[in-house]
Amino acid sequence: MGAGRLYATVALGGFRRYATYRAATAAGVFTNTVFGLILVYTYRALWDLKPHLGGYDQAQAITYVWLGQAFLSTLAISGGGVEDELMERIRTGDVAIDLYRPADLQLWWLAADLGRAFFQLLGRGVVPFVFGALVFPAYLPADAGRWAAFLVAVVLAMLVGFGLRYLVALSAFWLLDGTGMTQMTWLLGYFCSGMLLPLNVFPGALGTVVRALPWSSLLQAPADILLGHGDPLRTYLFQGAWAVVLLGAGRLLQSAATRRVVVQGG
Amino acid sequence: MDGFITLDEVEKVFSVRRKTGFLRRERQEVRAVDSLSFTVARGEMVGYIGPNGAGKSTTIKMLTGILTPSGGRLRVAGIDPSRERSRLAHRIGVVFGQRTTLWWDLPLIDSYRLTHRMYRIPNARYRENLDRLVELLELRTLLDTPVRQLSLGQRMRGDIAAALLHDPEVLYLDEPTIGLDVVSKAKVRGFLRELNAAQGTTVLLTTHDLQDIEQLCSRVMVIDHGRLMYDGPLTGLHEAGESERTLVVDLERELPPVEVPSARVVRVEGPRQWLAFPAGQSAAPVVARLAAEYPLVDLSVREPDIEAVIAKMYAERAVS
Repeated sequence: MGAGRLYATVALGGFRRYATYRAATAAGVFTNTVFGLILVYTYRALWDLKPHLGGYDQAQAITYVWLGQAFLSTLAISGGGVEDELMERIRTGDVAIDLYRPADLQLWWLAADLGRAFFQLLGRGVVPFVFGALVFPAYLPADAGRWAAFLVAVVLAMLVGFGLRYLVALSAFWLLDGTGMTQMTWLLGYFCSGMLLPLNVFPGALGTVVRALPWSSLLQAPADILLGHGDPLRTYLFQGAWAVVLLGAGRLLQSAATRRVVVQGG
Repeated sequence: MDGFITLDEVEKVFSVRRKTGFLRRERQEVRAVDSLSFTVARGEMVGYIGPNGAGKSTTIKMLTGILTPSGGRLRVAGIDPSRERSRLAHRIGVVFGQRTTLWWDLPLIDSYRLTHRMYRIPNARYRENLDRLVELLELRTLLDTPVRQLSLGQRMRGDIAAALLHDPEVLYLDEPTIGLDVVSKAKVRGFLRELNAAQGTTVLLTTHDLQDIEQLCSRVMVIDHGRLMYDGPLTGLHEAGESERTLVVDLERELPPVEVPSARVVRVEGPRQWLAFPAGQSAAPVVARLAAEYPLVDLSVREPDIEAVIAKMYAERAVS
């Protein structure tokens, strides 16, 4: 219980840290809205040519766009999560401080990232989404249960997103400069999470592969639940399995990294 | 061994890969700490000094459990640090002058709340300690200020308070006065002296600022190339380094170099002369002799510069 309170404090701190940067939040809201507008007009052109592309009607495609904008910073799909700070701490050696504390490194950063994600969802996600839903003919389910099921998938997406980014961050223990690694994973994540286009648009083997990768847990999985395209339980299982695998891999990599530091020096 | 901190023949060897050709790399062993043995008793305040790369930080990291020794035996409060890092963490406090443990973007008080949870400090004790530390370190008005807005001196005091909230029995300070102005340095030193006297906290202080040592530590350990070169009182360092005190003499007029037993003239400038004599020796006989035989106007004694003493020790070591 004592440990739970510690990580709750860390999460709350993560939330409040991002909340202090109001100008950055306002700028982010603006960017996400503008970006959403560009995508909405692109999608509408596409869906005019090919109605029911990927099984979505035009209203669902519009909702999908604004969900993407709401999740971009929440799930740190193109960077901006706690991994930036962790990598910097590894590079400068400040991570040594984190190691002597009586706290678990992974849980600590997970809590901090969840705090950050919830702030980004409320601070940066809600406004563009509401704007999009009001201005465009979006698809919004009336069923409160559907929204609740969707929110569960969002939380699972946060775990998977962190799991992925934590692995990337820990690579800094070996690579020293993780810039190349992060840029590669951002690019991969941007495409494979469905930020560019919904994953169910992609045909054949490519579609099957991207839908099986962990990134599809981020945007595609919660979106499908909200849009009535996915069975919640199966989606949760898929997301949960990836979360377990990724966080487990993170733990293994973490113990290898700490052993390396502890034996080899910072 | 009744020491609180004991090191017995502790070694730390890093293997470093060096590029020797286009794709060839060679493993090379670097001995950061070499058969280091010392004991620190409970309640002692010890200065730990040495040039950059001497092995000071490596020692501190081994004492916190972040690094595992390659050989030898190391105990802090009876605990093997690298094996039981978390258990030890509850009994030690660490302040790194160049790194902060505080939450950068949040008010200072938030970092203390976090420390409260992290070390599971009982509520009453947390409030009591926070109150005391905030008072002594003059942090009252800063508690609601985000850490990034604090000056270096304020931040350092904030870090020291964070390291002490859980009543550690031993405090490791790694350059706690680095970059601070004179007033801030005095505040930090005053606090540490008080802490050691009132709470009996064992303090191991790493520094490049020898005034820290002069003002705080009765015992000093000098390390270089991973080996202990000196361990004893600060005054003994002068003898070990064969340093000299200087007597500056103003005579009535220009005279040839004065002749006094056990002192020698090192410099003459008009009526003023500089005499050197061993640091362990009293100035009284030299002064008495001078006053009796020469037209003396004024004189003053200059203590040897401890920095020069240590620099000399390092240099001698490098030659041998």
